[in-house]
Amino acid sequence: METKTTDLPATSGEIPSSVRETGSRLSRFLSARLFRTITLVFASSLLLWAGAVACLLFVASKPAFAKFGWGFVKGTDWDPVNGVFGALPFIWGTCISSAIALLIATPLGLGLALFLTELAPQKARSPVSFMVDMLNAIPSVVYGLWGVFVLAPLMRVNVDPLLIKFLGTPFFGPPDTGLSLLTAGVILAIMVVPTIVSISREVFEAVPDIFRESAKALGATRWETMRLAVLGSSKNGILGAIMLALGRALGETMAVTMVIGNNPQISANLIAPAHSMASVIANEFTEAVSDIHLAALSEIGLLLMVLTLILNVLAHLLVWATTRKFKAVRA
Amino acid sequence: MNFDTSSRRYAVDQMMVGLCWAAVALAAIPLVAVLYYVTSQGIHRFDLNFFTHVPAPVGVASGGMANSLVGTIELVLIASVVGIPVGILAGIYLAEFGKAGKFAWAVRFTADVLSGVPSIVTGIAAYTLIVRPMHHFSAWAGGVALGTMMIPMITRTTEELVKLVPRSVRESALALGIPEWKTILSVVVTTARNGILMGVLLSLSRIAGETAPLLFTAFNNNFWSASPNQPTASLTVQIFTYAISPFDDWHDQAWTGALTLLLLVVGVNLLARIFVKRTGRAVG
Repeated sequence: METKTTDLPATSGEIPSSVRETGSRLSRFLSARLFRTITLVFASSLLLWAGAVACLLFVASKPAFAKFGWGFVKGTDWDPVNGVFGALPFIWGTCISSAIALLIATPLGLGLALFLTELAPQKARSPVSFMVDMLNAIPSVVYGLWGVFVLAPLMRVNVDPLLIKFLGTPFFGPPDTGLSLLTAGVILAIMVVPTIVSISREVFEAVPDIFRESAKALGATRWETMRLAVLGSSKNGILGAIMLALGRALGETMAVTMVIGNNPQISANLIAPAHSMASVIANEFTEAVSDIHLAALSEIGLLLMVLTLILNVLAHLLVWATTRKFKAVRA
Repeated sequence: MNFDTSSRRYAVDQMMVGLCWAAVALAAIPLVAVLYYVTSQGIHRFDLNFFTHVPAPVGVASGGMANSLVGTIELVLIASVVGIPVGILAGIYLAEFGKAGKFAWAVRFTADVLSGVPSIVTGIAAYTLIVRPMHHFSAWAGGVALGTMMIPMITRTTEELVKLVPRSVRESALALGIPEWKTILSVVVTTARNGILMGVLLSLSRIAGETAPLLFTAFNNNFWSASPNQPTASLTVQIFTYAISPFDDWHDQAWTGALTLLLLVVGVNLLARIFVKRTGRAVG
């Protein structure tokens, strides 16, 4: 019903001239040009702001780039007092905590999306999607607060000792404070599940029913239908969902800052404190000791922006291509 | 093999469907846990003092977050002035004029990509653009940072909702000789008004919970700020500051701040939910 109206052809430009020529000259002018131009200007401002953000970040980080060059991303020392800045420990922390988050969130999110599109009884659909909306709506700082006072102690007392006992080094070992890469990964997983659910749900809903019906007609079970007709045909869309979730995990600041332990070290130990790109900006930006420190932090921000931009562009293209493919099948 | 294929397939099917149900249960755990802890811990200080007093020194029991609450409202207002008009007009452009054109595609794509830019990056941009030239933190800078974050969301919601307005409504208005701009503003947008309002409310509740872009734009303030030109406290930054402090009373207040924020967020989302259901029924 609703999609029907959106698919209708354009109306503007088809207005009979007789209609347009009624009214005063002013309103004719408004009608033909001014209003359209005003909305156009505001629409362009999105492009302008996107460009401005990139330029501002670039300008702010230029001194650091000029001084350290590419060594910045390879350096392992971060010593503001002596003016030595290497971002690798932060890149490491961001990448590992995001990877942990995706390992947990991807199966969980896909399971939820399959449940919502393929399995849920009509009555369960609305509460479950409300639950996902709520997970998405809880502010980052609230997750962080909960992480510091509930999740981190839980990890320290109940989870980490088991990991040390059964899996041990090099990935799990003391010192164990509960504030760690693993805790950050878990809290990030909770935060990115809604992204995976909403994007993959959008893709699954676009899968033409004929795919499902064909699978069922061949005698496929419910799972086989999901695997062959739904998951199999939307691989690119799922990849897009994961990339969007990764983008969100990389840039997540507050919750990670509060639970990751803020210790810039590169260690395979997942339950040792670490640091992340967004966290170091949040922690040090207002207390920067020098201009070059500020520029170095801005360059980390620039790196984050470039990474998330690439991920977002690719992800949106993938999702868009997948749903378009399904539309073509339907038509 | 042919003996147990079907029973194996049946077992796999049962297991995978079971796992999907398990995913629902598993995702419910953190949500319930967060809601439970925020409510049970936050209720201690959820009193008049909290909402009428400014932060007190450690050991003085009567501190509150009144200035942070007002600061958040102030920041959200500034953000609205920046974000709502731009978002709505850009959305109208996409739905009514841009449509399937290349430029509109670029704007849509930019909106989607912008909403994926980390909020802390927006913070650095606002810092470089406003705080650095002005040489001091201010609510202006924080509000602008938040406002720009609203734009992509409102643009896309407005576009979707304006597109849903049936063509016959437009044509009826145009047939009466109403000029196109007036048709769009007073007939089409008015028809989509409630939905757009809901989208705006949702984006307001989203930015009210933002912390990262405020850390170095609005900064924080332990007192009332006399004007938007000064560093301004916000609920979120205050929660963060108190959460990482070593004092029990401050921890309690952080929980209460979180409870306040959560009530706002849950309230707006419930409202949107009920609203969408009602309009959905009216349309269907």
